[in-house]
Amino acid sequence: MNMAVRTPDPKKLIKGATGDWEIIIGLEVHAQVTSNAKLFSGASAVFGAEPNMHVSLVDAAMPGMLPVINEECVAQAIRTGLGLKAAINLYSVFDRKNYFYPDLPQGYQISQYKQPIVGEGKVLLDMPEGVVEIGIERLHLEQDAGKSIHDQHPTMSFVDLNRSGVALMEIVSKPDLRSSEEVKAYLAKLRTILRYLGTCDGNMEEGSMRADINVSVRKPGDPLGTRCEIKNVNSMRFAAQAVEFEARRQIGIIEDGGKIDQETRLYDPGKGETRSMRSKEEAHDYRYFPDPDLLPLELDPAWVEGLKAQLPELPDEKKARFVADYGITPYDAMVLTLERASADYYEQVAKKRDGKAVANFMINELFGRLNKDGKGIEASPVSPEQLGSIVDLIGDGTISGKIAKDLFEIVYTEGGDPRKLVEERGLKQVTDTGAIEKAVDEVIAANPDKAEQAKAKPTLSGWFVGQVMKATGGKANPQAVNDLVKAKLGIE
Amino acid sequence: MTDLTSLTLAEARDALKAKSFTAVELTDAYLAAMEKARVLNAYVAETPEKAREMAKTSDERIAAGKAGALEGLPLGIKDLYATKGVHTQACSHILDGFEPTYESTVSANLWADGAVMLGKLNMDEFAMGSSNETSHYGSVVNPWRRNGSDANLVPGGSSGGSAAAVAARLCLGATATDTGGSIRQPAAFTGTAGIKPTYGRCSRWGLVAFASSLDQAGPIARDVRDAAILLKSMASVDPKDTTSVDIPVPDYEAAVGKSVKGLRIGIPKEYRLDGMPAEIDALWQKGIDILREAGAEIVDISLPHTKYALPAYYIVAPAEASSNLARYDGVRYGLRVPGSDIVDMYENTRAAGFGAEVKRRILIGTYVLSAGYYDAYYLRAQKVRTLIKRDFETVYAAGVDAILTPATPSAAFGIGEKADADPVEMYLNDVFTVTVNMAGLPGLAVPAGLSAEGLPLGLQLIGRPFDEETLFTLGSAIEKAVGTFAPKRWW
Repeated sequence: MNMAVRTPDPKKLIKGATGDWEIIIGLEVHAQVTSNAKLFSGASAVFGAEPNMHVSLVDAAMPGMLPVINEECVAQAIRTGLGLKAAINLYSVFDRKNYFYPDLPQGYQISQYKQPIVGEGKVLLDMPEGVVEIGIERLHLEQDAGKSIHDQHPTMSFVDLNRSGVALMEIVSKPDLRSSEEVKAYLAKLRTILRYLGTCDGNMEEGSMRADINVSVRKPGDPLGTRCEIKNVNSMRFAAQAVEFEARRQIGIIEDGGKIDQETRLYDPGKGETRSMRSKEEAHDYRYFPDPDLLPLELDPAWVEGLKAQLPELPDEKKARFVADYGITPYDAMVLTLERASADYYEQVAKKRDGKAVANFMINELFGRLNKDGKGIEASPVSPEQLGSIVDLIGDGTISGKIAKDLFEIVYTEGGDPRKLVEERGLKQVTDTGAIEKAVDEVIAANPDKAEQAKAKPTLSGWFVGQVMKATGGKANPQAVNDLVKAKLGIE
Repeated sequence: MTDLTSLTLAEARDALKAKSFTAVELTDAYLAAMEKARVLNAYVAETPEKAREMAKTSDERIAAGKAGALEGLPLGIKDLYATKGVHTQACSHILDGFEPTYESTVSANLWADGAVMLGKLNMDEFAMGSSNETSHYGSVVNPWRRNGSDANLVPGGSSGGSAAAVAARLCLGATATDTGGSIRQPAAFTGTAGIKPTYGRCSRWGLVAFASSLDQAGPIARDVRDAAILLKSMASVDPKDTTSVDIPVPDYEAAVGKSVKGLRIGIPKEYRLDGMPAEIDALWQKGIDILREAGAEIVDISLPHTKYALPAYYIVAPAEASSNLARYDGVRYGLRVPGSDIVDMYENTRAAGFGAEVKRRILIGTYVLSAGYYDAYYLRAQKVRTLIKRDFETVYAAGVDAILTPATPSAAFGIGEKADADPVEMYLNDVFTVTVNMAGLPGLAVPAGLSAEGLPLGLQLIGRPFDEETLFTLGSAIEKAVGTFAPKRWW
């Protein structure tokens, strides 16, 4: 195991009865490669078909069938490797991992053991305390298994081979993570990178991304403890919960004088606990050996360079550019670049506009509203053009910020050209000082005592401004109201 | 009319072209011969209806002037080849009732050239054996007998059905496969010509896998010319087999009968085994003399790692087999013996479905790949393999064009004769042939004479990668000197 040492951060330590404990976490993420066909067969890799509709002779391991590598899956693995700033291995080998299971028709999984296609890389996490670098140990290509279904028949199990042979990337991190928050951030960041690259849809509910989590605990400064592997966690929330539970379980055992057995465990989200699946002694002997049906994979450096040249801008680079080009905060830039579609949306709006204003409006109004509806940016009813118009209307003083919220809601639910809506519905900001002055006079006249107090306590002018805004239905230009209130109350 | 089955494939081809008889007549002659020869147990499935139908179509194509290279020529297919809708079991119980929905690339190539399928040929179970005694369908009887004896002999293996059927005139030619000698040893035991081409020359797609890095398809035929004609049709690059090689397939027949003048033939001293029968030694010398007289240059060579080839082979081949045969689990096709749970079902099915030799090799293979043994066995065997390959590369680089060796250390032996022997004794049958598979080279077995007991003996010619042509040239030179051999019909 890589001993990459991070200085223990006191905030990330867990308090035990005997002192503080550090959690050491490494992840193996299985990401389904986005491709039309499977890794070694021409059958469709699309999710959601009727059972056993996407099964070729190769996937069903009929006698005499041979695997043929899918070039697109190789390209996707390389794109991912490049996105993880990783070393690309121009020579890699496919091995057989042998074990018996009904949803594994060949009796072996084709994987990469000693010579993976991608070597060491890194992922940067934006944590509250700053950027944390997580090392990537390797990435390799392998076949997914089929699915065993045990609840359809009283005595039999059914097997669905649609997934059998679908390409997976196993992305192995170094044991560099130190908290459940980092686990969540790592999975989210990895998902973002994969989605930017278009190499995995990152859909954890459909099983496109699953994580095996290795957890151990130690006293800060001690050597690494014995680890347990939590298998097949399929949500970021569960991953964080599993780590929290597992760390405390291990600390409890050690503090009670016991020792940790190296084993494979499962997380039960219902009970919120991990439980033993098999011990090290029960572990399979997979009898790995190079698959004699497949020649070693040798890549042309020029082909890899070509893939590199076509790589999209990645989230870290995009974030840095947003901060530099649009003058927004790193946090806002991070939020906007989480999804490539959001970033593209932002740039469409922010070009030739005030980047900060656009960022604020998008993050506060658009994202908030979409979240409420459980919608993604792709499904936004408000187009970048419409959102741009609204921001322009605020910027040129046509509408107030408050009215902008109402206008946004109208555009969101009813659609339409914001500029026309402002005209039609009379949402224009009142800049006619005569009308505002009248309203100010009326409010002051109705509240003589408060007007008196305000002369001694100028901050009370805000209350008058609010009353005037209310009286004008929010359409008065707040700056004009503010100026007039102060003038009338005689405060400077 | 003379017995149509006495013609060679080349002769039958020319006669069909000349319209001396029809493909249907030729096919019927073979179907009748097969019926009379069932005692040999060469076929495990006869497909007379399919054969007549294909022959009829061939006659139509011949009439229309659209005849393919093998138009109307009846062939037997080893049971290892997937044949659409026809018995394909690699002669194993575990594939009971299996009829694929697909056709192997090699057999499809033959049908595309107009050949006619007579049926499926017996073989050692999963091609594991050197005597055809491990077949679930029983032993094949060699059509050859010792002088004055009516004891049944083995035809060799694993392509024993192919060799026996060709020798007994039960087909014009047959497909076979060779993982460690399974074409060349039975060819030698039956007086037929058999070639294992270079690894990658024929597609493995649709061949039930034994040891993927060693398996290679090839023909067994009456003579060298017939073998050349068949290989031309069988060979192809195949996008479905990425270990097949994209090199044009030459006209092998054109190499038959060419002069051997100036060719350098290596004689490896390591193939002169202690205790080798004198008549094998004499046969080898006869081959040397024939080629020398024909104008070839004979040179002594050394292939120093030869003695490690057999043990290394019996690590690599079982290792791959243990994994390749994992798919026979009773879940999707073939035999299923029920059990109390999935593991029980696996165990019952595989216990009942595999024969003793197959089980032995699965166990050996599983053992050598196990944690803690992999480096000592599998990895070392692969290193040995590299050294064996290098031995050949060295002599070829020094100007040797081909290598001449005996094909087998003995003539055919009796059925059951080695039943109680150490399995290693059976494995020794492959001592001259496995090196060729380990190095991925082409090897041709050609009949060179008869033993004192009247049994055929063969010589082996080993060539450079993808230089099968030189082997056909040299093989035809030996054949020209010694003639061809046919057993007396007793069945």
